[in-house]
Amino acid sequence: MHALEISNISVSYNKQPVLENISFTVAPGTLTGIIGPNGAGKSSLIKAILGLISKRSGEVKVYQKPLSKHKHLIGYVPQRNEVDWDFPINARDVVLMGRYRKIGFFKKSKKQDIEWADQCLAKVGMLDYAERQISQLSGGQQQRIFLARALAQDASIYLMDEPFAGVDAATEKAIIQLMKDWKANDKTVLVVHHDLQTVTDYFDHVLLLNKQCIQYGTTHHVFTHENLEKTFGGRVSFLNQATV
Amino acid sequence: MSYSGWIIITGVLVGLTCGITGSLIVLRKTAMLADAISHTVLLGIVGAFLVTQSLNGLPMLIGASIVGILTAFLIETLNKQGVQKDASIGVIFTTLFALAVVLISTSIGKQVHLDTEHALMGEIAFVPWNRLVFRGIDLGPKAIWMLGSVLLISLVVILLFYKQIKISTFDHHFAILIGIPVTLIHYLITTLVSLATVASFNSVGAILVVAMLIVPGATAYLLSERLVHVIVLSGIIGALSALIGYYFAVKWNVSISGSMASATGLVFMLAFLFNPRDGLCIKLWRQLNSKG
Amino acid sequence: MLEHLLLDLSSANLRWVLTGSLLLGFASGLVGSFVLLKKQSLISDAMAHAALPGVALGFLVFHEKSLPVLLIGATITSLIGTYLIQLIIQHSKLEADAAIGIIISVFFGSSIVLLTCIQQHASGNQAGLNTFIFGQAASLIGRDVHLVAVSAVILLGITMLFFKEFKMIIFDPNFAKGMGLPVTFLNGVLMFLIVGIVVIGIQTVGVILIAALIITPPLAARYWTEKLSVMAWLSALIGAVSGVIGTWFSTSIPDLPTGPMIVLVASSIFIISLLFGSKRGLIIKAVHVS
Repeated sequence: MHALEISNISVSYNKQPVLENISFTVAPGTLTGIIGPNGAGKSSLIKAILGLISKRSGEVKVYQKPLSKHKHLIGYVPQRNEVDWDFPINARDVVLMGRYRKIGFFKKSKKQDIEWADQCLAKVGMLDYAERQISQLSGGQQQRIFLARALAQDASIYLMDEPFAGVDAATEKAIIQLMKDWKANDKTVLVVHHDLQTVTDYFDHVLLLNKQCIQYGTTHHVFTHENLEKTFGGRVSFLNQATV
Repeated sequence: MSYSGWIIITGVLVGLTCGITGSLIVLRKTAMLADAISHTVLLGIVGAFLVTQSLNGLPMLIGASIVGILTAFLIETLNKQGVQKDASIGVIFTTLFALAVVLISTSIGKQVHLDTEHALMGEIAFVPWNRLVFRGIDLGPKAIWMLGSVLLISLVVILLFYKQIKISTFDHHFAILIGIPVTLIHYLITTLVSLATVASFNSVGAILVVAMLIVPGATAYLLSERLVHVIVLSGIIGALSALIGYYFAVKWNVSISGSMASATGLVFMLAFLFNPRDGLCIKLWRQLNSKG
Repeated sequence: MLEHLLLDLSSANLRWVLTGSLLLGFASGLVGSFVLLKKQSLISDAMAHAALPGVALGFLVFHEKSLPVLLIGATITSLIGTYLIQLIIQHSKLEADAAIGIIISVFFGSSIVLLTCIQQHASGNQAGLNTFIFGQAASLIGRDVHLVAVSAVILLGITMLFFKEFKMIIFDPNFAKGMGLPVTFLNGVLMFLIVGIVVIGIQTVGVILIAALIITPPLAARYWTEKLSVMAWLSALIGAVSGVIGTWFSTSIPDLPTGPMIVLVASSIFIISLLFGSKRGLIIKAVHVS
């Protein structure tokens, strides 16, 4: 059974095509890196899959049901710059947002929810910062709060938008550890990633994207010179270095 | 209750009502939408009069809510058509406000007992005389009842939807993903702004409404680190500004609503300059120390 | 009614007032194009509101209702307001929308305080000051109109002089800097132009709605063209038409304030453009899609 089935997603912005006819299927328990040059539509793809931006066409199935039926199976880690870090809440509050569906519409968070949130914070090494207002955290720490929130969602499929961008070594390690845990528990992870040098270390599957889906498959098969040239166009010299 | 007592209570209620709702719009970065709505509700008031031929509280609240939501909707529609957010706000609110002012200047205005000066500055001095009488029993000034009910509605809505408001304000996309009805929440808050505006409008006018909606919320945002603190503090600052403003208005015999609006500015300036965490003075002091 | 309107046109004072509105609308439409492209529409609204305390202060200090004095006061407080917006954005976690809202409401509130102050101390001479809020073109006397007209022409001249430079600094400020253009200076000139429009427009249109005369004409013009120069001149034309028609109506029908009338005319042109515009209008778009 497929965890995620994407068929024919097209997205336009101001009449300019951003994504054209993207189709691929993702098996459960895989770690997929979404790779492509700037402006290839990597973030747009994630947002289109999640239904956060409107699609011109296309369909998303999550465990064989339409996304709307299985939204609770999806966890999301947005780019850090998409929220206002001066917002007056502390780290634990952000993580508790991940429990929203479990807590329910009008109910307050119970003790067990708070314990759950704290466990998630502990897993990313941020429990000591639970009471901190979020603007007082470093970039990497903020990223780990977002990870903890995704953890708290207890989802089956995780989509992350550039989680490695501009983070410290501790955070990088925390993300890698999380991905390993998720994979071990048969969860599916899709990550927008820009650092070509680490692709083979982090991911077992790769989606090469440049407005169209260039290729999708195991890293071993897909992450080749030839395919990267197709994806990135003329910037081959830089690629030679990156993929040694 | 003495004459000035009622005026002070009115001012404090305006401060509380607008302050609480206003803190949300500052956090949601829609302060200028609130500015727009506080102008366009005038059209709602005129419209309610044209429909019902009277100036009763309930039709006015409904008319104002409709126009408030219409304002937000039109701005969003223009924005989706590719007009910049700023410019859409500018064109929509000036159009609807101009329409209201022109209608008031015609014979309609004379029937409504509204004039443009009233719309801007309110008639807080008349508040104690315009009383609610039910079956011959004097229940106190109408404005107090109206403000009180809107304050109550706002508190109930914010308490009920606190979580949804918090999540959708902090992270819009995440909120959509976890199934929060973000559009509903947006229009709910827009409605609260309209209600706060129209309830305050008659007594304090458009200027003070804008000041009370934006400035206390911005001040509280500078001073606190928890959402609930920002909301509560914003209400307190609104009420406090009303008291300070009233004191100086009486002392110097100047416009009460103008003075209250200025007081919000004064409190904001103090917070901006001297707030212990990152006030301008603290920042400059730290810079000086690090250099020397 | 038309007869009545045409009859009015024979009055010399009205012709002067109309000329003033025409030049004002023309200049504000032209400058407005740059304001729109620079995404400063609401800052112009703040500049307008911040001008009112200056008018009141000018009167309080000099005890006379001489337009030049009041306008100098308006210029000063307007610039202070603009500076404070920048200061708030730079030195706090607040963003532009809140900063603009704060300046608009607090400056306007304090000007109401000053106006009531004048009411008590200045022996009834203040009557004219309220017209600065909503504008009353009929209150302009010959000398004032000359001042407005001459200032509008000067503002027009400056805009034309820097037309090309403005285009460059707005489209790509870094490139313009690279080309050796004095970007900061040019930004300053543009800001001065906006304040200039606001200040000469407040007696006709009023502080609350003068921003509309800067925002709406270029928005309307945008639907007819993709070229900046065409847009700017068309916007100027729309501003001039709105100014003349709005003023004409308001001076002919008693109690009708000028500012709101001008705004309604401009808004009508905007709505027509939004629907029927030949380049981006909704109908053209609908035809293209289907």
